[in-house]
Amino acid sequence: MAREAWLPLAVLLALGAAPFVGLGGSYETTLMARGMILGMAAVSLAFLVGGAGLASLGHAASLGIGAYAVAILDAHGVTDAARVLPAAIGAAALFSLVTGAISIRTSGVHFIMITLAFGQMAFFTASSLAAYGGDDGYTMYSRTEVWGARLLEDRLAFHYICLGALALTWGGCAMLLASRFGRVLRAARENAQRVEAVGLSPYPFRLLAYVIAGAIAGAAGFLLANATEFVSPATLSWQRSGELLFMVILGGVGRLWGAILGALVFVVLETWLAQQMQHWKLVFGPLLILAVLFLRGGLSGLVARRHG
Amino acid sequence: MAEPLLRLVDLRKHYGGLAVTDGVCLDVLPGEIHAVIGPNGAGKTTLIHEVTGIVAPDSGRVVFAGRDITRLSLARRVRAGLARTFQITSVVAGFTALENVALAVQARSGSSFRFLRPAATERATNDAAMAALAEVGLADRAAIPAGALSHGEKRALELAIALATQPRLLLLDEPLAGAGPEETERLIALLTRLKSAYTILLVEHDMQAVFALADRVSVLVYGRVIATGTVAQIRGDAAVRAAYLGEDEG
Repeated sequence: MAREAWLPLAVLLALGAAPFVGLGGSYETTLMARGMILGMAAVSLAFLVGGAGLASLGHAASLGIGAYAVAILDAHGVTDAARVLPAAIGAAALFSLVTGAISIRTSGVHFIMITLAFGQMAFFTASSLAAYGGDDGYTMYSRTEVWGARLLEDRLAFHYICLGALALTWGGCAMLLASRFGRVLRAARENAQRVEAVGLSPYPFRLLAYVIAGAIAGAAGFLLANATEFVSPATLSWQRSGELLFMVILGGVGRLWGAILGALVFVVLETWLAQQMQHWKLVFGPLLILAVLFLRGGLSGLVARRHG
Repeated sequence: MAEPLLRLVDLRKHYGGLAVTDGVCLDVLPGEIHAVIGPNGAGKTTLIHEVTGIVAPDSGRVVFAGRDITRLSLARRVRAGLARTFQITSVVAGFTALENVALAVQARSGSSFRFLRPAATERATNDAAMAALAEVGLADRAAIPAGALSHGEKRALELAIALATQPRLLLLDEPLAGAGPEETERLIALLTRLKSAYTILLVEHDMQAVFALADRVSVLVYGRVIATGTVAQIRGDAAVRAAYLGEDEG
């Protein structure tokens, strides 16, 4: 771990330096913010998938619920971060608690399907919120204020807030996985019966992990809504959940920081290809398939092997 | 006679029309090794599942240390002091031998809902885990991933994990299954060492091992205990010979 950690640290440093080396324009910072925010959601999903062994296909629901919390409060004139951020995190955590309490009783394909179903329920609920744009989505009046200051409007400030949130997410999830709590999660991922046979029930540990990951995704949703100043049901769609899962796999399931690489590469590739050609998805799709086939252990595995 | 540590009272379990456990009564006294033997299909595995909480009996009671545990989950039974090993070795292959045992240590000492400190840096937990590894002769293999250990070492590791839960009763489900002759010898020596310190319910196919280790033996045939007694008594029992020992041991 220690030997491999130079790469994610270098990536975070590069993101920190980017605005000062010619990437400080609106276009570049928007793109980077998107990568960092989705990276944050992807790391929280990697914590679930690679850490706890819970392959959720409904993680975008938590992301979207965080974003919708911002939009709904915006529509009612509440734009203070001290209230909006806890609401976004709390709503996503609550959703994760309720759906997780049921989902985590299942495993394998059943778990994937039930998280997908809950995600779609959230998607259709968002689509039916006519007061907040329904299918068309909702355009915010303004970004969330931080104690009355329009801090998030500042391009640089927002860039570093996203970077800080991403670093915090990575560090926090790594800390959790190394703790006693994480040890139980990691053991239960490999051999749940073994965990029971030392006297622990994996269920409450998994549920808490599910809620934590949901809360982080909710925080990412808060940033996402503020980055685009627009929220739509697409944020909660199962396609977005699939993309997040793909970022995790592209980065390498075994390493949390792989999800950061996965998300950044995904966002950059997607944007670049979309500029090159109209039917870019015809190229993007096969590229993703090739990456899964030939990059066993993902991008992070590639790096780790070279230094292993 | 001392109060039995584990008491099975008239356990019954049917699968369809088949009585897999047919009124089993069995006592395990403190300090003894009580072996359960029986031909294939005698219902040994189901009986173990009933004792450990993986299968619920249709009727009857499992009483452990004076407490009815018939409806408790596996995890709760372990916390009550009933540790088990599995017929098919069950360790966390990706963990080192030490971390496998440390998991059991943390489960019984303090909450596992601790989030900040890296678990690997807990001195007291690691020391206790090392002690359990040393008890089974794996001290020098502590840093090896469990998946890379030999079959016999995995068996010993599973024992260390069970010991680390500080059990009042060890339930060993065919601890010698799949072990080669040399490994068998080593495991029997290990079990003989543990014998003085623990109460053990042993389910085993290997007759030689059972007769070498057990204080008392119960013979299970078609879901019923047809005889319980000392090794000498069981060897001399005509019904047992007819039902079991006379046949091929496979």
